[in-house]
Amino acid sequence: MPELEKTPVEGGGVIPALEALDLTLSWDGGEHIVARGISLWVNNGEIVCMVGKSGCGKTTILHALSGLTKPLEGKVLLRGEDFTGRPGSVSYMLQKDLLIPSKRIIDNVCLPLVIKGTSKREAHKFAAMLFERFGLGGTERLWPSQLSGGMRQRAAFLRTYLQGNNVALLDEPFSALDAITRVDMRSWYCEMARSLQMASVVITHDVDEAVTMADRIYVLKGTPSAGVPTTIAGEICVQRDEAMAAGNVTDFSLTPEFVSYKRQVLDLLEDDEVR
Amino acid sequence: MATNRLSEPSRTRQIAVPTATVAILLVVWELVVRMGFVPNFLLPSPTQVVSALVTDVQLLASHAGTTILEAVLGLAIGVAVGFVAAVLMDRFETIYLAFDPLITISQTIPTVAIAPLLVLWFGYGLAPKVILIVLTTFFPVAVSLVSGFRSVDPDMIDLMRTMGASDLQIFTQVKLPAALDQFFSGLRISATYAIVGAVISEWLGGFNGLGVYMTRVRKSFAYDRMFAVIILISLLSLLLMKLVDLLERVCMPWKHVEGK
Ligand SMILES: Nc1ncnc2c1ncn2[C@@H]1O[C@H](COP(=O)(O)OP(=O)(O)OP(=O)(O)O)[C@@H](O)[C@H]1O
Ligand SMILES: [Mg+2]
Repeated sequence: MPELEKTPVEGGGVIPALEALDLTLSWDGGEHIVARGISLWVNNGEIVCMVGKSGCGKTTILHALSGLTKPLEGKVLLRGEDFTGRPGSVSYMLQKDLLIPSKRIIDNVCLPLVIKGTSKREAHKFAAMLFERFGLGGTERLWPSQLSGGMRQRAAFLRTYLQGNNVALLDEPFSALDAITRVDMRSWYCEMARSLQMASVVITHDVDEAVTMADRIYVLKGTPSAGVPTTIAGEICVQRDEAMAAGNVTDFSLTPEFVSYKRQVLDLLEDDEVR
Repeated sequence: MATNRLSEPSRTRQIAVPTATVAILLVVWELVVRMGFVPNFLLPSPTQVVSALVTDVQLLASHAGTTILEAVLGLAIGVAVGFVAAVLMDRFETIYLAFDPLITISQTIPTVAIAPLLVLWFGYGLAPKVILIVLTTFFPVAVSLVSGFRSVDPDMIDLMRTMGASDLQIFTQVKLPAALDQFFSGLRISATYAIVGAVISEWLGGFNGLGVYMTRVRKSFAYDRMFAVIILISLLSLLLMKLVDLLERVCMPWKHVEGK
């Protein structure tokens, strides 16, 4: 596993782990613009959420952040360095679980390690220790077709984790999990991401989830399919007191602060509906 | 894969029903010939065919050996050529555009029509037979592999790229396994072509092989032996197909697990 780097600090200012500068995104070279003016950043140890209605371009933005696509305009900086259009340095969990049907679960989750040149044996040994932790105990030798949707999602989670980058992009990572597991996995993720000083960008449909997890929420607005490019309608910083660690729904979601944050997000989203 | 399991007929029924059908057909055939509805010199009865098969068993075995050698050699080279062609077509768009129509057109040329040419060019030995089989077997393999490679979810390839995978890694880890399913259906077709192709090429010249034997018994109007060799040929094709199935089971263990 690669060592996680410390955030570089220059002249007192913190350089974000990942930063997007004024991205303009299109799938067809500019004929239809999906999103424009997308600027966001995330620091190590932070989780930011992107919320927006279906089809507004959340996945499109994440693709650009991962380096899989080149934005029409703008830059993606990784620890201050220009990484626009260069995949391979940011962990990305796509919207589907994308397990390879011809590989056993253990081989699926070890794929990032094997690609980086770790021997299969070493990779297996390392990953095996994490199976219990990810609620996957006993599934090592099974094929993906033998797992339930939620289990497959966890396997995808473990695989993303094993990509080992300290920046992770997650596209609706909890959507295929049942409500109870979702709460568990969510708080587990927040805890892990913070303790490893990871920077995460998480897409979600669920406003509660965003308010629960995020240090900052980017609310997206626009209907690219109707010719209205998506922009960032607002940015909400979520302050929690220490006792209510992020991801801990049961405590935080009962506070008036939670409701007020949720209100803010909903207002920004609904604004869009009215037009 | 796991759908329809409830409505599938039981294993015994799957075997019993076709077996009974064949048995009934054989009995009817035997009766038709014995009762003289069809002149016996035109149509031998099943028992006559079996006895011809038994009497000639040694001769047939030696001829079959030649045919099998040609078929397996041709199939092996055909698969190798098909594989290389498919990989190149998948890797280079230009090659795909250039050869896709050519390959399709080449398949409309009937095997029987080019066989005499091959004999003319390459003589009566092993070469023209193997070449003919290569020409007929590489196509199903190449086509099924190309479409198999293309069946991979583009998101899967994106995911591999975020892991920093090279093109070769994407190929071996994702594309190749994804293409196996279609590859084996292509291979199954190729396997049947291989035996039939060998026989056809032997008709047109040669000293050994089931096709040569067939030509000889036809010329001597020994229809019982003719039928015997036809049955042998289809048995060999079936056997080769079964071998392909077996190979598929070994190569694709994930396809044969019980779903959750
Ligand atoms: N691979 C692609 N090629 C071309 N167009 C695409 C592609 N992916 C998305 N789009 C288009 O970009 C727009 C935004 O889609 P995107 O998938 O980013 O939305 P989303 O916010 O992730 O939606 P959802 O919440 O339903 O996942 C849509 O109009 C869609 O048609
Ligand atoms: Mg999406």
